[in-house]
Amino acid sequence: MTVVVGCGAGFSGDRTDAARPLVDALMSYDAPRALMFETLGERTLAAAQLRRIKDPDSGDEPLLEEFLSPVLSDCLANHITILGNFGAANPTAACRRIQQLAQRLGHSQACLATIHGDDVRDRLHALDWQAWEGEKRSISALEQVVAANVYLGADALIEAMAQGAQVVITGRVADPSLALAPLCYYHNWAGDDWDKLAAGALAGHLIECGTQVTGGYFADPGVKEVPGMASLGYPLVEVERNGRLVVTKPPGTGGLVTEQTVKEQLLYEIHNPSAYITPDVVIDLEHVRVRQLAKDRVEVTGVRGKPAPDRLKTTVSFLDGYQGEAEISYAGPNAFARANLARETLRQRLALRCPANLRARFDLIGISSVFDGDSQLTAQTLQDAANDIRLRLAVEHADKSVVELATQELLALYCCGPAGGGGVRRHHTQRLKTASYLVPRQQVVPTVTLHRGEGNE
Amino acid sequence: MSELLHRYAHARAGDKGDRLSIGVFVYQDTHYPWLIEQLSESSVAALFEHRGVSHVTRYLLPHLNGMNLVLDDALQGGVNGALNLDGHGKTLSALLLSKHVTPPPA
Repeated sequence: MTVVVGCGAGFSGDRTDAARPLVDALMSYDAPRALMFETLGERTLAAAQLRRIKDPDSGDEPLLEEFLSPVLSDCLANHITILGNFGAANPTAACRRIQQLAQRLGHSQACLATIHGDDVRDRLHALDWQAWEGEKRSISALEQVVAANVYLGADALIEAMAQGAQVVITGRVADPSLALAPLCYYHNWAGDDWDKLAAGALAGHLIECGTQVTGGYFADPGVKEVPGMASLGYPLVEVERNGRLVVTKPPGTGGLVTEQTVKEQLLYEIHNPSAYITPDVVIDLEHVRVRQLAKDRVEVTGVRGKPAPDRLKTTVSFLDGYQGEAEISYAGPNAFARANLARETLRQRLALRCPANLRARFDLIGISSVFDGDSQLTAQTLQDAANDIRLRLAVEHADKSVVELATQELLALYCCGPAGGGGVRRHHTQRLKTASYLVPRQQVVPTVTLHRGEGNE
Repeated sequence: MSELLHRYAHARAGDKGDRLSIGVFVYQDTHYPWLIEQLSESSVAALFEHRGVSHVTRYLLPHLNGMNLVLDDALQGGVNGALNLDGHGKTLSALLLSKHVTPPPA
């Protein structure tokens, strides 16, 4: 038996018309099938927690209706289970919105499930923490913590499906678990069949970023061509009970599935390929092979699994000062010299007016916008080639007024800076940072809440 | 003669916290031993030195004719902490591919 899982979103800002071709393709399979939406990153979850603090009915995925309304009715009617972490900081709020949407579409009896237990902020000081390997900050040193969310695994999602859920709404779960859950449920894999679980988690890993395995984040004209960039097909993965998996995409869509697209996504955001840690299984990719079977069909084999970790990763989000950004443009003859003069003038003004502990960075966009380090002086070699340059200032400080003062100094370049400076934009935000820690698995208890029909919980 | 790595390899960057990972693959399988020579941990560290990288780990994946490079402290605070426009480091695969290399043997 084959189980097919599609992925209709790979991040919170993803294309909202993506799922329709996927659901058309899923409906053509004579096999159990599911549709996942992955809309939660470290950054989006932190932002969602802040929205919920301001408004207790908020904090779920803002684009929920846009993602679901084109496909919800067909999924409910055709036994295509939807699993999404679009609950973000507030799965209950997302559930309410999906119930309302289902009712409008004539499915008032839809069975929805919310998964809880990832949010441990209220228990933060009662849990036994270790720092994640890349983390230098001690959890006890963090102030103004606004969120702490554990990466849950597939267990509670499988339980929700067993209880009849047609839509499973989660907050923080590991992205691959959204695909692993329906694979475990339909294939009835044992909880310690590590090689199978690894295959299922890998299937999820390959599709969790949406088009990144079907031609997105890939095109490089003249070197890596991608057809149909405006209509990229989102991925489908076909997984057999023995763990064999094939990545493909809906017919008639843009993009491509090749050994190259699959290999790039295989290692995406992975550190040690022999030990890619998920809550459900540790994935060993060392012996993985990819093979093009046909156009837009790539088989992945050789994945192995090791026992699931004793501790689960947790993202802690905390407020930490303010960030300001401001930009101004210089174009035409001698643009580099004028932009560079503006930068040096601004640097002197900030030294004069702002505290020494102001963290600041200067970019000359058009020459270097992203490659430099904070203290790197922009390479001068391209100065003759660039004649449209945008000076960007980015600053950070604990005190909001210092940040505003710094960006105001860039604004003042309108009158006090070099000739022909224009197009200033300023932007200030409260800084929301994240840190990662590990908590013992047994201290985290995921729960399933079923919501069946109108207002009946 | 010097050329850019971009001609012979493709790459994708990803982040977790302040850690950058880059998967790198050769277009031609026969170039894989050459790639291993060109991208030592120390040469990659040198390429990203100005970003404050503290450590580079290289994982070879011969079945894929590729490797995974993991760069600690490459993102100056990461997506929620950096002042850089690209806090994710998503553009940094292109910085790696801009490395000057000695072309592989024909």
